[in-house]
Amino acid sequence: MTAPAIEIRDVQKSFGNISIIRDLNLSVAQGERHALIGPNGAGKSTTFNLISGYIKPTSGKVTLRGEEISGLPPYQINRRGLSRSFQVTNVFANMSVWENLRCAVLWTDGHHYSFWKNIDNLKKVRDRTAQVLSDIGLTTRRDVPAGLLTYAEQRALEIGITIAGGADVILLDEPTAGMSHAETERAVSLIRRLTEGRTLVIVEHDMSVVFGLADRISVLVYGHIIATGTPDQIRSDPKVKEAYLGEEAA
Amino acid sequence: MTELTSSVAPPHPALSEKLKFYGIWIAAALLLLVLPTIFSSGGALTTFSLIGISIIFSLSYNILLGQTGLLSFGHAVYYGLGGFLVIHAINIISAEKLPIPLPVVPLVGGLTGLFFAALLGWVSTQRSGTAFAMISLGVAELIASSALILRTFFGGEAGISANRTKLFRVFDWSFGPQIQIYYLVAAWTLLAVIAMYALTRTPLGRMCNAVRDNPERVQFVGYDPHVIRYLAFCFAGFFAGIAGALAAINFEIANSAYLGAVQSGTVLFSTYIGGVGYFIGPIVGAIFVTVLSLSLSDLTPVWQLYFGLFFIAVVTFAPGGITGLLMMHRPLLKSGTLGKVLPAYLIAFIPTLALVAGLVLAIETIVHHTVNPGDDPNIKAFGMSFNASSPITWIIALFLTVGGFFVARETWRRLARAWDDALTAAHERGYHA
Repeated sequence: MTAPAIEIRDVQKSFGNISIIRDLNLSVAQGERHALIGPNGAGKSTTFNLISGYIKPTSGKVTLRGEEISGLPPYQINRRGLSRSFQVTNVFANMSVWENLRCAVLWTDGHHYSFWKNIDNLKKVRDRTAQVLSDIGLTTRRDVPAGLLTYAEQRALEIGITIAGGADVILLDEPTAGMSHAETERAVSLIRRLTEGRTLVIVEHDMSVVFGLADRISVLVYGHIIATGTPDQIRSDPKVKEAYLGEEAA
Repeated sequence: MTELTSSVAPPHPALSEKLKFYGIWIAAALLLLVLPTIFSSGGALTTFSLIGISIIFSLSYNILLGQTGLLSFGHAVYYGLGGFLVIHAINIISAEKLPIPLPVVPLVGGLTGLFFAALLGWVSTQRSGTAFAMISLGVAELIASSALILRTFFGGEAGISANRTKLFRVFDWSFGPQIQIYYLVAAWTLLAVIAMYALTRTPLGRMCNAVRDNPERVQFVGYDPHVIRYLAFCFAGFFAGIAGALAAINFEIANSAYLGAVQSGTVLFSTYIGGVGYFIGPIVGAIFVTVLSLSLSDLTPVWQLYFGLFFIAVVTFAPGGITGLLMMHRPLLKSGTLGKVLPAYLIAFIPTLALVAGLVLAIETIVHHTVNPGDDPNIKAFGMSFNASSPITWIIALFLTVGGFFVARETWRRLARAWDDALTAAHERGYHA
């Protein structure tokens, strides 16, 4: 049996006396598309921060393909093949779209901190950057500084930066937040295409996106997972209805 | 994949662009070569040497400020230590009769800068922003005060000196005459500028920009921002050390002023006034500030005051520096709409000049009465003679300042409107940058 892509075991996170995450247990299989839903302030983004190394758990353990990653800094977790996006667009605002994506390709292609190579001559980096640029549909905006893109374009770039390094575990934090209906549809098909064959964990508020995209769903309420299952199981789970879906769907 | 790349990726520069690019460097080299035949006086050669040194120092500073987003208040530490080590090196080389010619000695300064940056930088580059700025200030104070305490190494207030002409000679160059020092500085300047430009084109150079823009996100594409800042700091220290070495060779002395706060402040001024957003900015700033400080000090005793006011004006009104101001005009120039703003510039120039003249008159008068109250009131500043005690002078100063300001403000508004029109027209014609 292959190890799960991500396994969270008994993770707690408290800030001072306030416990944000309590007894968190979650297992995401390799190649699975897993959605994390829950009301505002339930700890979804905190869970992402715990997995990606942005914050360290107070206790408990996070493993990536069976290897423990809790306590490692974000860049080491990223080098092991886990990449995340941010809820608030988090790009390199003064650099062009092309440069943004290229920065995300460099480490995986083995260039690290090198200061003896001309970056424009790195053929594989060029190829990979061009591929991602065309995948996210921003070829006509290649030379525009990221800070000047429209909101939907910045969200697409955000996803592009996240997948460019070729990580096989992808965490997307509300990728369609604030988008129009048409933009959301485009973003979902983009996500579906780009995460083909990879493990995806997604935090999302739009239920049509969640139920259309996810293989399995976990519901997080007050820092604790109250249910995990297929979309059908979640839809019919009375606990979920009570805690979350009921009030919103009503 | 390759087909996609060729249609999507930025095209490799065409042959004509490449020729243009290398042409600029060759033209710069030729200019450095013939400059002394055009301006051959000793004073001019010294000025050129100081400019070259300042260019290297300012560009090294911009590796931190403009490229990596690190505001340092103590960059002169690496400049100064480079200078001190070079003076010691020259003394050792001539005493031991080592076969090392002077042209390679600046490398000692560079390695000194690199060594100390590597030693002191690891802690300070943990953070950027205020923490980095404060630590750089603390380190600068520490080193500057050690320079006065550790007399055997730093020579106390007098500093230490050396004779650069007693070294192993190649092609019979003694490096006594200033012209030979000029060529030494020019060669090192060209090399250092090329090297620092090349650095911006490497993976590390690009990641420095990424750290400047968003250190948080850098961590999620596999990079440790601390390591990037640290490496940038080491490069900046290396080139600052070379600049300090050339300064020490030029003056044949190194003293505590080399690594003091004034030196650290000057490089910040030069870099910022030139413009941190462009590679060429610090070069422009180094030339401008060196020439300005040399010429202003001949014109008025309170030249630092004007220098400070000018710096405030740049920070407030032109945060992109001189280069940023010039680059703003590029879309207008390309689209041919520059003609729309030129008349507004000319109209604004006259009352602005009156305002500046009024301020100068007021400043010089006030300085006379506060600094030298007992002296002859007939004083001279900027080539003008006037009586600092005469009410007429005061009235003229007041009239020029107040009247100039109100008229100038109106012309500036007109200029802003003309500017908007021209820029809109340029955008309509498809020129954005």
